[in-house]
Amino acid sequence: MRWIVFIILAALLPLVAGEYYVNLSSQIVIFAVFAASINLLLGYGGLPTLGHAAYLGVAAYFSALLQLKLHYAHWLAAPLAVAGTTAMGCAFGLIALRATGLGFLMLTLALSQVLWGTAYRWVSMTDGDNGLRGLQRPMPFGLDLNQAMPFYYFTLVVGVIAIWLMARFVNSSFGATLKGARDQPRRMEALGYDVWLIRWITFVYASFWGAVAGLLFVYYHKYIHPVSLSLANSAEGLLAVIAGGSGTLAGPIVGAAIVLLLKNWASAYIERWNMLLGFVFVVIVVFMPEGVVPGFQRLWKRFVSRT
Amino acid sequence: MLFLLAAGFSLIFGLMRIANLTHGALFMLGAYIGVTVMRYVPNLWLAALAAGVAVALFGGLLERFILRKLGGNVLGQVLVTLGVAFIIADACLVGWGGDPIPIPTPPTLQAPVRMAGFVFPAYRLAVVVIAVAVAIVLYLLMERTRLGAMIRAGVDDPQMASAVGIPVSRLFTIVFCLGAALAGAGGVIGGPIMSAYPGLDSDMLPLALIVVILGGVGSLLGAFAGAFITGFVYTFGVALLPDLAYVILFLPMIVVIAFRPRGLFGKFAA
Amino acid sequence: MEALRIQNLKKAFGGLPAIADVSLAVEAGERRLIIGPNGAGKTTLFNLLTGDLPRDAGSIELFGAEVSRLATHSRVHMGLARTYQIITLFPKDTLEHNVALSLLGLSRSRWSMFGRLPQHFYAEAGAVLARVGLEAAAKRPIAEVAYGEKRRVEIAMALAQKPRVLLLDEPLAGLSREERAQVKGLIAGIPRETTVVMIEHDMDTALDLADRITVLHYGRVIVEGTRAEVVADPKTREVYLGH
Repeated sequence: MRWIVFIILAALLPLVAGEYYVNLSSQIVIFAVFAASINLLLGYGGLPTLGHAAYLGVAAYFSALLQLKLHYAHWLAAPLAVAGTTAMGCAFGLIALRATGLGFLMLTLALSQVLWGTAYRWVSMTDGDNGLRGLQRPMPFGLDLNQAMPFYYFTLVVGVIAIWLMARFVNSSFGATLKGARDQPRRMEALGYDVWLIRWITFVYASFWGAVAGLLFVYYHKYIHPVSLSLANSAEGLLAVIAGGSGTLAGPIVGAAIVLLLKNWASAYIERWNMLLGFVFVVIVVFMPEGVVPGFQRLWKRFVSRT
Repeated sequence: MLFLLAAGFSLIFGLMRIANLTHGALFMLGAYIGVTVMRYVPNLWLAALAAGVAVALFGGLLERFILRKLGGNVLGQVLVTLGVAFIIADACLVGWGGDPIPIPTPPTLQAPVRMAGFVFPAYRLAVVVIAVAVAIVLYLLMERTRLGAMIRAGVDDPQMASAVGIPVSRLFTIVFCLGAALAGAGGVIGGPIMSAYPGLDSDMLPLALIVVILGGVGSLLGAFAGAFITGFVYTFGVALLPDLAYVILFLPMIVVIAFRPRGLFGKFAA
Repeated sequence: MEALRIQNLKKAFGGLPAIADVSLAVEAGERRLIIGPNGAGKTTLFNLLTGDLPRDAGSIELFGAEVSRLATHSRVHMGLARTYQIITLFPKDTLEHNVALSLLGLSRSRWSMFGRLPQHFYAEAGAVLARVGLEAAAKRPIAEVAYGEKRRVEIAMALAQKPRVLLLDEPLAGLSREERAQVKGLIAGIPRETTVVMIEHDMDTALDLADRITVLHYGRVIVEGTRAEVVADPKTREVYLGH
C-alpha cells in the first residue's frame, strides 16, 4: 500500500517542482535502479560487489557506440546493449563466483577495473578521457524526451517496472532459495539446492538491471565517460545500498536518494566530493551499519507498539 | 616493484583477513611524502625510509582506531578502507596539486647497465635487487624469528594463539604497520619509474589485487611469483597490443583462478 | 539390496589421515549406529558421504550408484539426507518456512522466479511438523523455540524429503532427558523405507535404536556387528577404556 502512495507522489512531483528538481529526481530514479540491482547481490544474495559500475558503464558505452558508429536506432541499440552487457555478466559471474565473500569482492573489483582502464586506453573506440558525446535520447512511440518532465516520466515508468520485477524476483520461490543460500549455504546444499547456480543466476539478473540503469544513465546525460566505470561509481552504489539498508527493497531507493541529494548539496560547497564520500563511508559503516531503513522500521515498530 | 606493493597487501589480507583497499592510496601517499622529503634532503633512500615510517604510523592509527572497532565485520572493514582511500586520494590532490610530480632517479643509478648482451636501466635493476632483498628479509622474519612465528600462529588460529598468550591484537597492529610501511616506501622507490600523480592509487590498487589473487593469499612466495608473472605479462602485453594491455594484465589472474581458486601458492581460497 | 556401500574410503588432512581405510555396507531399511571415541573420524565420514568434503580415494555407492564424484546437492536428489551436529537452521524464519524450504529443495518450483512460494508447500510443511508434534509452533521463528524442538525440526526437515538414506549426526546431543525420549521416539518411528545411519555418543538410547553397530577408531573400522557382538568384543572395551 505504501508503494502506491509513493508512486502517486512521485508522479505528481513535476507539477510542483521546478526543472532542476525534476532532473534531480530522474537521476535519483536511475541511481535507485542501479542500487537495487546491487542489492540483489549484496542484501539478498550475501555477495558484496564492488564492480557493478561495469554493467552500467558497458551498457552505456554499448548504446553510445551503436548509435555513433553504426547509427543504430534506439529500438535496436537498446536491447543489443542490454543483451551484450548481460552476456558479459554471465562470463564475469563464472569468474567471480569461483570465490565467495572477500575473494568475490576482489574479483568483481578487478574485473570492473579492467573495463575502466580499457575505456581510458582504447582511445580508438572510446575516445578515452574525452568520453563520447553527441548522443540522442530515444523517442518511444514518437514522444520527445528532451525536456525534463517527459524524460522524468519515462524514467519513472521504467524504474517502477524495474523495481516491481526485482520485488517479484526476491519474493519468489527462487528468492527464498537465494536468501537461504545467503544465510546457510551448506545447509541449502544438503537440502538439494545448487547454491553456485542460484548465485550465478542472481549475478546475471543483477547485471541485467545494472545494464538497464546504464541505458537510462546514458539517455539522461547524453554523454558517457570512463569515470562511470570507476571504482568510485561502484562504491557510490554500494554506499546507497548500505546507507538505506541492505535487506529491504526500499533501502536502496532511500539510500540512492540520500547519496544523490548529499552529492548535489555538498558539491555546491565542497570541491572534493570524493573525500566527503570517504568520510560518509566511514561514518555510516562504523555508526549505522544496518542503514537508514531498518533503523526507521525499528523505530516505527516501537512507536506503533506503544500507542 | 610490484612485489613491494603486493607483499604488504598479502600480509594484511592473509593475517588479518582484511582486504586493505587503502593500500594503493598508501602507496601514493608514500610517493608524495617522498617528494616533499626530497625537496629538503635529495636522497631517494632516506626519503623512502621516511615515507615508510610515516605511512606506517598512519596505518597504525587507522588500524588501531577504526579497523579494530569493526573486528569481524568484513564488509565493513573493506568499506572503511575504501572510504579512507578516497579521503587520502583527495587529500593528496589538495596537498600536492593535480600535476604529476616526477621523482628523480638517484644519480648513481642513472646509467644503463650491460648484462648478458641486454641493456637494462640501472635503476630498474636496483629495484629488482631491493625487492629480492626485502623478500628475503620478510622470509627470514616470518620463518626464523620469534615475531614471525607468532605472526604465523596468529594467521593459522587467532583464538588459540591468543589463548597461549600471544598478543594477537598488538601483532595485528604491527603487521598492518609493516604492510603500510612497505606500501609507503614502495611508493617512493617506485617513484622514478611511476612519478607521483593523482590517480596513482587507482592504478596501483588493482595491480596489487591481481598479484595477490594470482599468487595466492597469505603467501610471500605467491606475492613474489604473482608480481613476477604479472610484470612479465604486462611488459609483453604493452609491446604487442598497447590498446588492450590492461586486459592482458588480468588474463593470468583469470586463468589461474579458473583452475585454482586459491591462487598459485595461497593458503586459502580468497 | 545395499542402501549404502563404502569401499576403501580414505581422507587425509595435511599429513593426518582422518579416514585411514573404511569399508562398510548398510542394508536397505537397516538402522546402523556408528560409534567411536572423539576424533575417530565419524563426522568426517558423514562429510565424505554427503560430499561436503571431497574424498582422497575409495568409492561410495548409494543403492548401487557411484556418487563419490557428485556434488552434495546431486546426492540429495538421489535420496540422501542429513542432519548436522550443530543446528544450522534459518533462525529468523518460521518453523513452517524452514520445513517448506526443505520440501522445495527437491521440487521443480525452486527455480520459479515470478510467483510467491506456493501455499501447498506451507500446508505440507504443517503436516510434517504435525507428525513430529510441533504443529503448534509452526508459525513461530526458529530462534524462539527450545533447543530440543529445534532438533526435532531439523530431523523433520530431513524426513520431509522422504530420503532413502538418512544420516543423523549426534541427534541426541545437548538434549534433556524428556527431549531425548521424544527424539528417540521420533527416530524409532521412521518408516523402514528410509535407511538410517546414526552417529551417537549417548550409548543407552542409541544402542536400543540400532540393528547393527560399527565402531570407528583412528579412521578405521575396528568392530562391526549386532549390539550383543559389539558389546562382547574385547576390542570395543579397548577403544573406549584404553585397555
